[in-house]
Amino acid sequence: MTEQATSVGYERQAYDVVIVGAGGAGLRAAIAAHDAGARTAIVCKSLLGKAHTVMAEGGIAAAMGNVWPDDGWQVHFRDTMRGGKMLNNWRMAQLHAQESPDRVRELEEWGALFDRTPEGLISQRDFGGHRFARLAHVGDRTGLEMIRTLQQRAVALGIDVFMECTVTRVLLDQSGGEARVAGAFGYWRESGRFIVFDAPAVILATGGIGKSYKVTSNSWEYTGDGHTLALEAGARLLNMEFVQFHPTGMVWPPSVRGILVTESVRGDGGVLRNSEGRRFMFDAIPEFFKSETADSEEEADRWYNDKKANRRPPELLPRDEVARAINSEVKAGRGSPHGGVFLDIASRHDAEYIQRRLPSMYHQFKELADVDITAEPMEVGPTCHYVMGGVEVEPDTAQSGVPGLYAAGEVAGGMHGSNRLGGNSLSDLLVFGRRAGLNAAYYVGRVSRTGSRPQVDPEDVRRAADAALLPFDGVGDENPYAVQHDLQDVMHSLVGIVRRQDEMEEALVQIEKLRERVRRVTVEGHRQYNPGWHLALDLRNMLRVSECIARAALERTESRGGHTRDDYPMTDHDWATVNLVCRLADPSAGEAVEVVRQPLPQMPAELRSLFEEK
Amino acid sequence: MGYDITMRVWRGDAGGGALQDYVVDVEEGEVVLDAVHRLQATQVGDLAVRWNCKAGKCGSCSAEINGRPRLMCMTRLSTFEAGETITVTPLRTFPVIRDLVTDVSYNYEKAKTLPAFAPVPRDADGNYRMAQVDVQRGQEFRKCIECFLCQTVCHVIRDHDDNKPAFSGPRMFLRYAELDMHPLDTNDRRRLAKDAAGLGMCNITKCCTEVCPENIKITDNAIIPLKERVVDRSYDPLVWLGSKIRRRDQRSEPPPTPPPTTR
Repeated sequence: MTEQATSVGYERQAYDVVIVGAGGAGLRAAIAAHDAGARTAIVCKSLLGKAHTVMAEGGIAAAMGNVWPDDGWQVHFRDTMRGGKMLNNWRMAQLHAQESPDRVRELEEWGALFDRTPEGLISQRDFGGHRFARLAHVGDRTGLEMIRTLQQRAVALGIDVFMECTVTRVLLDQSGGEARVAGAFGYWRESGRFIVFDAPAVILATGGIGKSYKVTSNSWEYTGDGHTLALEAGARLLNMEFVQFHPTGMVWPPSVRGILVTESVRGDGGVLRNSEGRRFMFDAIPEFFKSETADSEEEADRWYNDKKANRRPPELLPRDEVARAINSEVKAGRGSPHGGVFLDIASRHDAEYIQRRLPSMYHQFKELADVDITAEPMEVGPTCHYVMGGVEVEPDTAQSGVPGLYAAGEVAGGMHGSNRLGGNSLSDLLVFGRRAGLNAAYYVGRVSRTGSRPQVDPEDVRRAADAALLPFDGVGDENPYAVQHDLQDVMHSLVGIVRRQDEMEEALVQIEKLRERVRRVTVEGHRQYNPGWHLALDLRNMLRVSECIARAALERTESRGGHTRDDYPMTDHDWATVNLVCRLADPSAGEAVEVVRQPLPQMPAELRSLFEEK
Repeated sequence: MGYDITMRVWRGDAGGGALQDYVVDVEEGEVVLDAVHRLQATQVGDLAVRWNCKAGKCGSCSAEINGRPRLMCMTRLSTFEAGETITVTPLRTFPVIRDLVTDVSYNYEKAKTLPAFAPVPRDADGNYRMAQVDVQRGQEFRKCIECFLCQTVCHVIRDHDDNKPAFSGPRMFLRYAELDMHPLDTNDRRRLAKDAAGLGMCNITKCCTEVCPENIKITDNAIIPLKERVVDRSYDPLVWLGSKIRRRDQRSEPPPTPPPTTR
């Protein structure tokens, strides 16, 4: 092995800031770092413009007040915290609510074409958990607009992009006593050749973990790379037990199971019904949201035009509530023919309105399921969509516990607490992407001024290369696709929407067995564009995050947000102030993930007072 | 529910390759990409294919299916006759890297040559104001998912690598048209569209429009209006004079951006 690794050599590049991932957070970070004067590179697993952000549909939540002038950052902050069942990092939620309007306006300055209000301002739509209509949007393809705008901006600025290049390790300089970032190691997917980046700052913007689940709205890239890179570099992961199942994914035909059906369908008036035709969400309103949720269909329908005198329809409760309710309806035998429930917009609006507001949904159902959503209801069910958990960062700077290592977007934790509101992801990417980029650039400035730029240790490079080549040297007969398939089964059935102690313990046993199998994986062929090899490497990350999720979920003996326990069905006040943190006991050697409890940072009194009114 | 289909998939690399026959077990409701994935998972683990969202939104899984450029994730197996062999080959206009994966860097290089959006100042309250009807034209073009099917089908470059340096292709014309119609933009790119991007080489055969998975009317709504405006500028002295007193032309036309060194 050693001979092979050293004989192949590697390409070497030097930058100030290297950004891993080219979705919304990565691109926004790159623009910020570049604007702050840093030599900046983006490294991404796919082609530029294909990242998962492209699939975001509904919109960007920002309290601009274009439609409802009463909206403001305090209301948005309050909605976000309540949606996350108060487990959010308050400072992140505050910064997010305060800064997202400017981040949206900035996109417009870079060419984005949002839908307009009659006055010509950026239009804003209703979404679950938001008191006012506040999602800036472009039909139901807002993510595409956002990524294209940022992509075109990054290209115009001349930022270097390393496409189809996968980072497998963050390299550290351990010489000064405290480990700090020295660069990153990766491989070109096209050629299989290795590349080493010398960089004092690395920003992780790698997105989520959904590919560890069987039914997911996530693309193949969502293998928990950033989560694992951070853990192995010595950083810590927060809130990993909280996984969001989006209430409405497609359920039929099997090949499209999990593909997202945007929440905008409900924001624009769509309703959920069971096989008996009942709007069952009226039976699933939790105490926590009773005072702000309509209790009759009449009130719910009036709300779309008069938000002051009426309360929100229960279909627009936060996602965790809706997903759980759908799950229960199906279990109770009141589901649709293919194991979902009905989402009906056809009876609520005319065909022209639906096609104008929801063009991609119309197209998606027509092409993939032979369903005309302007004439008949859709069948939908929960799909793994988002991980609230991620790298623990300093709220203002997005820096992790490891100097020089930053995280922004889905890979970062804390912002969304136990459950994310729809629309808050795109704004999160912009707000914290920018903060990560700026602060990484400032950090490199400080490092450069003191004259002690970190050095990559050649021994670390050799070890990283050996680890990457291991699957070619396999002695077993395991197929990486089969192992991934089995992992997805384990996570889906044992650490899914509703969890139990014995099942999660079983999941941990299974994960250990899968890890053994990964060691026996042998890939066919050579290093040039070999998906089997790429998957074999990604599998290690998937197992790592799956273990974190299962361990944290086992530890939290209550139900809250994106973590529902069959054996502890209630929210427990004692857990309201506790974060669970995953770390590696010995990042350089240890395999074991430890889970520790730490107190949730408490918000100052002036913010707390926002929750006392009403 | 499962049944078998016969597939022919091109396998090889820059040095050459050939169609290989496979029998693949598929399920009701599946698309070509599902069949390719099953092939990969069960028979040929190193089969190279590019894909991301599998929902028709990212434009990664473009290929030629029975000779027609399409997204593999949006081509349902039920659209083929029973017993029909499904042949999947890489995009013909771009160099093969491996199997179904091609080198599409041509498109990214062309994108770098286009002068960026340059907006007018904001209104006094910090907002921009645009009417929905005015943004709608550009929004049609911004539906583009950059699958590059229009590029691969375009006969100007499909079998004519020699035209590539002088011709940017329908995807880029869409971008020129979008910026040209953008209510806030101040640049004038008409000369560039004609000279650097090779708009004149397009003879509006509408092949690009036919393959667009987003149903963007590339020829009618983007290319033809752009050609008309370019002609206006080039040949009509009155329009030329008029253009001198309009906002859009207050800036002199910028030179093409030199391509930054990027991989």
